[in-house]
Amino acid sequence: MIQTVDFFTPVVDDPYTFGQIAAANALSDVYAMGGEPKVALNIVCFPNCLDVEILGEILRGGADKVKETGAVLVGGHSVQDDEPKYGLCVSGFVHPDKVYKNHGAAAGDVLILTKKVGSGVINTAVKGGMASAEAEAAAVAVMSRLNKTAKRVSEKYTVHACTDITGFGVIGHCCEMAEASGVSLELYTRSINYIEGAVEYASMGLVPAGAYSNMGHRQDQVEKGGIEDVYEDLLYDPQTSGGLLFAVPEEEAEDFLRELKEAEPDGGACIAGRALPKGEKLIYLK
Amino acid sequence: MKTVDARGLSCPEPIMLTDQALKESNEQVKVLVTEPHQKMNVEKLAKSKGLSYTSNETEDGFEVIIR
Repeated sequence: MIQTVDFFTPVVDDPYTFGQIAAANALSDVYAMGGEPKVALNIVCFPNCLDVEILGEILRGGADKVKETGAVLVGGHSVQDDEPKYGLCVSGFVHPDKVYKNHGAAAGDVLILTKKVGSGVINTAVKGGMASAEAEAAAVAVMSRLNKTAKRVSEKYTVHACTDITGFGVIGHCCEMAEASGVSLELYTRSINYIEGAVEYASMGLVPAGAYSNMGHRQDQVEKGGIEDVYEDLLYDPQTSGGLLFAVPEEEAEDFLRELKEAEPDGGACIAGRALPKGEKLIYLK
Repeated sequence: MKTVDARGLSCPEPIMLTDQALKESNEQVKVLVTEPHQKMNVEKLAKSKGLSYTSNETEDGFEVIIR
């Protein structure tokens, strides 16, 4: 059995969309471990000065996402708070032999990332009123999408390691995988797909504080090489409800990626890098 | 010289205010911020607009002079 909990403050204005994103984010932990969500409970903080219909919309968004997974929402708990917060406590199941771990990546493995990157940057631009409607919609589509399909596709393949990309950004979560696996990872910064507008907004300095703190924690373990600053910023950008990152044997990578693209044509799945024998640094940006 | 006092504000406010100030006039703009990452973001904004800048540490943060 897998048990997980996650909740956060609104990342978008629309309450229904916020509910969807928070639920997709909480449910992702189960998929990242190779499991299927079965039962969920709401966790709600809500101020009494706001219209209760807003809360209804948040819960409706969350319930719709839980329904999409095939799990059941059986209740939850709410408290009064100054700022709204929402998330889920999720229970799921996985066969003990089929648990995905964040360790086990072997030198030569190919890294496959299943979603586009840059939601933290776009959310910062939205907050500043500087994002286009297209970029905002693209980020919402990424954040509210379940990792369900990507996990289903992965079941046919040999998954050496898996993690979901969230608050520590692509580099932070890759560092964890590299450390735990005893390998180094090279990341192909130009092969990774970025959400529409993310490169432009990161270039303009709409980089959230969290990206800089992620960088502060990990930059000594990263060889930046000659890549442009903007791609480094985006790979440290904290992701909300980001994709799954798989380490799979090289001979399976092409078929796996093709099948991911067939299942989610606009999903942004890509070959993000490769595992190398352990080097001086954990991560090499290419 | 125009001054944008963004001390104590959090992201993305320093960028919004600087962007607005740069759009409103062709003068030099001095931006005051508190945190190192805010200084770096303001520098990125200047760079993205093809403008030159100089940055200095101040008593309570940083100043970035653009143009």
